[in-house]
Amino acid sequence: MTMSPSLARRWPDLAVVALLAAFPWFGGKFEVDLATTIMILAVFALSLELLVGATGLVSFGHAAFFGVAAYATALLAPKAAAPALLVLLPAAMAAAAAFAAFVGALSLRTRGIYFIMVTLAFAQMAYYVFHDTKLGGGSDGIYLNVKPVLAVGGAVVLDLDRSLAFYYFALAALVATFAFLAVLLRSRFGRALAGIKANEQRMRAAGFSTYPYKLAAFVVAGALAGLAGFLYAVKDGFVNPEILAWHQSGAVLLMIILGGIGRLRGAVLGAFAFVLLKEFFQSEAIFGAFARHWQLLLGLAIIACVALMPDGLIGLAAQLRRTRAVAPRAS
Amino acid sequence: MDLATFLVQCLNALQYGLLLFLVASGLTLIFGIMGVINLAHGSFYMIGAYLAYALAPWVALHLGGGFFTALLLGMMLAVAFGYALEWGFVSYLYEREHLQQVLMTYGLILVFEELRSLLAGDDVHGVKPPDWLTGSVPLGDLMTYPVYRLFMSGVCIAVALGLYVVIARTRIGMAIRAGASNREMVQSLGVNIRFLYRVVFAAGVALAVLAGMIAAPVSSVYPGMGNQVLIISFVVVVIGGIGSIRGAFLASLLVGVVDTFGKVLFPQAAGVLVYVLMAAILLWRPEGLFRQG
Amino acid sequence: MNGRSQKIAAVLCAAALTVTAAAAQAQSKIKVGFMLPYTGTYAALGNAIENGFRLYVQEQGGKLGGREIEYFKVDDESEPSKAVDNINKLIKRDNVDVVVGTVHSGVVMAMAKVAKDTNTLLVIPNAGARAVTGPMCAPSIFRASFSNWQPGYAMGKVAGEKGAKKVVTITWKYAAGDESVEGFKDGIAASGGQVVKELTLPFPNVEFQALLTEIAAAKPDAVYAFFAGGGAVKFVKDYDAAGLGKTIPLYGPGFLTDGTLEAQGASAQGLLTTLHYADGLDLPKDKAFRAAYQAAYKAAPDVYAVQGYDSAQLLAVGLNAVKGDVAKRAELVAAMEKAKIDSPRGTFTLSKSHEPVQDIYLRKVEGTQNKVAGVAVKALADPSPGCKM
Repeated sequence: MTMSPSLARRWPDLAVVALLAAFPWFGGKFEVDLATTIMILAVFALSLELLVGATGLVSFGHAAFFGVAAYATALLAPKAAAPALLVLLPAAMAAAAAFAAFVGALSLRTRGIYFIMVTLAFAQMAYYVFHDTKLGGGSDGIYLNVKPVLAVGGAVVLDLDRSLAFYYFALAALVATFAFLAVLLRSRFGRALAGIKANEQRMRAAGFSTYPYKLAAFVVAGALAGLAGFLYAVKDGFVNPEILAWHQSGAVLLMIILGGIGRLRGAVLGAFAFVLLKEFFQSEAIFGAFARHWQLLLGLAIIACVALMPDGLIGLAAQLRRTRAVAPRAS
Repeated sequence: MDLATFLVQCLNALQYGLLLFLVASGLTLIFGIMGVINLAHGSFYMIGAYLAYALAPWVALHLGGGFFTALLLGMMLAVAFGYALEWGFVSYLYEREHLQQVLMTYGLILVFEELRSLLAGDDVHGVKPPDWLTGSVPLGDLMTYPVYRLFMSGVCIAVALGLYVVIARTRIGMAIRAGASNREMVQSLGVNIRFLYRVVFAAGVALAVLAGMIAAPVSSVYPGMGNQVLIISFVVVVIGGIGSIRGAFLASLLVGVVDTFGKVLFPQAAGVLVYVLMAAILLWRPEGLFRQG
Repeated sequence: MNGRSQKIAAVLCAAALTVTAAAAQAQSKIKVGFMLPYTGTYAALGNAIENGFRLYVQEQGGKLGGREIEYFKVDDESEPSKAVDNINKLIKRDNVDVVVGTVHSGVVMAMAKVAKDTNTLLVIPNAGARAVTGPMCAPSIFRASFSNWQPGYAMGKVAGEKGAKKVVTITWKYAAGDESVEGFKDGIAASGGQVVKELTLPFPNVEFQALLTEIAAAKPDAVYAFFAGGGAVKFVKDYDAAGLGKTIPLYGPGFLTDGTLEAQGASAQGLLTTLHYADGLDLPKDKAFRAAYQAAYKAAPDVYAVQGYDSAQLLAVGLNAVKGDVAKRAELVAAMEKAKIDSPRGTFTLSKSHEPVQDIYLRKVEGTQNKVAGVAVKALADPSPGCKM
């Protein structure tokens, strides 16, 4: 029996999921912790991919939605009792989506570089609200004292305080986000976004009202960033305003360009590559005392990647094939 | 707030705004003329401050000079550095999309920060202003205002006037104004666009370095000092309109006022106010106050 | 082999394994993880703490509890946002037995949470965040320095005794600043004084000009300022340059003038501060410590070096009690709780919440020294509100 064509295309994704599922059995505590962080960032990167890769809206303030959800998680959770997962997670995502609706409604009136700057401005506003006011505990951040649980009847089915349970929950969130976006991008809505990315004026000339589609994409992307923010807050139980800083927005843009814009797999690959690259450059085992200056190597790597790999890591194989095809063969 | 305090705070706001103008003017020129988003502009400010710290002892030892000699030397180094950077790196950014420019110059920020760490260390340093500027002018009965801050404002005003003269009254200024409105036309008119770009970039770098050098005695020299300035300068450029020096001047003063009075009247909201200002202005005039072209 | 010899062989094997395991345990080193700022505005403090710690270990012949020490280091950059990742590197990657750190109060709170969740021993050589010995207190968390509240309370008491009724406070907006001001308010309350304005700016911002104007406008009887490291240098100089020093006395906890006097120069002369350490203490332990530190590091020690030294002393008390067997956590903790530390600052003990109970000195700046001018408060204990130990 031959595999159906769609399944055949999906085998690399399934292989990765299987690998991640099996990882806790052969990885150490630190490595499993790192993998959890990567999966959370992969959800974050996927959410931005919807905006930048699928719709062509370059947002430099995406960290705001990540941060708003993380803070909502910490602020809405009760101080001493275990919060209900089915209540806290939707609440956090809703907070992020609401803020995204607000920011999107106002920012989408601008274009190009001004859009980039306005999204940055709103993210900075959110940053300063959490950094300077008493709302979020200021620059020292706030804590999530008890991790959420999923309770059915009186029995606890899933306790996110246990690191293994949380690992699989994060993996499930990553798979769900990927699947959801894959389906969304293939739908009529996704086709509309692709049209807007390709040539918005033509869409409008054809009678298509592009604003509602862009706003919807912005809100969905915000909600998914909120999912990542929720996971981040639960993982360490600590939320700090720096997660809303423009450096974070820059980092997630970097992840999707590193992986390859326009491909969902690129976003996931980019998250892995970015975190592993940082760990590699920070490793004292390889760089000795110079590891202190890992940002130098990271900066050079970023410049090299953006300059030399316009299609990202995902497109690297295709890029190499292209250059080899163009280069004259030795006779 | 009584009148005396209000006037002093206005003085503070003016001084901060004028310093911002120095940084933002370079940024708006580069952005407007060359169409390049350069996130590393804040790094030039930091480089200026570290130059002030590093050159002072060297200049005192080898050239017998003081603060102003160091300033002059720093400016010369800045122009050379800006020229070289444009030739070696920035010129490859013109054809690229905004996103790629953002990320490549973001990488450049990291590189500059670490080079700074390697060459100048990670400690916080102070820089001494020249002796004849260390006094204070009495204002009212309780307070005195440092003379050095008046000097800073003076330098910024002088530079602003100089920029106005160059841009409005010279041929190169004409080419710059034309380039800001219509790049292709300027190229097809035979102006050596490559040379123009290099000059503009070097000038932008020099302005930011100058700002860093004169600000060093009041703000201290510390790692990461470029980041805060960078974001605020972008806000100024966007509010003023990309490519407009006039806009950058007005916007810097506006931001100076909002920031200073915000810190004092609404300390909890101070950080947010500048961004609220930017968002409000962009929603009213989506391309800034004095848009070009 | 028949059954009986098999059993004997098994017992002998087990015995051999146990002996070698115990021997290996005794030979293997105790892993100490430093999480300190090695860059940024607090870098000098981080280095002083590590120097002080290592000095004590060296004086004990390089061993604590009979075992050698293996050091691991992580630069926390005084960034609370990176605190969890940084301490996880020490706990999960390097598997340290004890974490020693840090300077910044915001960072230490995140560290304490992780230490509590993973039941890791944490000895704090500076950061005075009250939450760590308050609501977040735990058996495995100890402090060998101070609480942010202590020097503030002492200064408030002194300011009140000097007749200050209206005071303006100024500090960075983070845990250490807030708690220092709180201590000052508690201290001055006894004499009827009040804080009329609380000025803050974000850490580690040093643009004081607008706020100095505000201080002048408020015309208070005194100003209480908490800054440390590079920020302290700048503030004292700016305060002097604004001409405020002549009419409005400036008070502060000792951090305002510790390790900063060379840079502050004439601006700092005559300043009164309160701290659990001072120059010119007539204590034999202090004299010996200063001589040893000077010889080892070619620099004069400051309060941060003393705290690093005392962290090592405190840890040694516990390790000696369990003869280096860190697995015996309950006995180790019990010994540390009862410790009476012979510190260069004087002797101190620990409160129930593992906070030092110590004398707070009043100091006056003379030249490049913070000369002791009396004891502001004796045996001051932070009430540690919220600790349930």
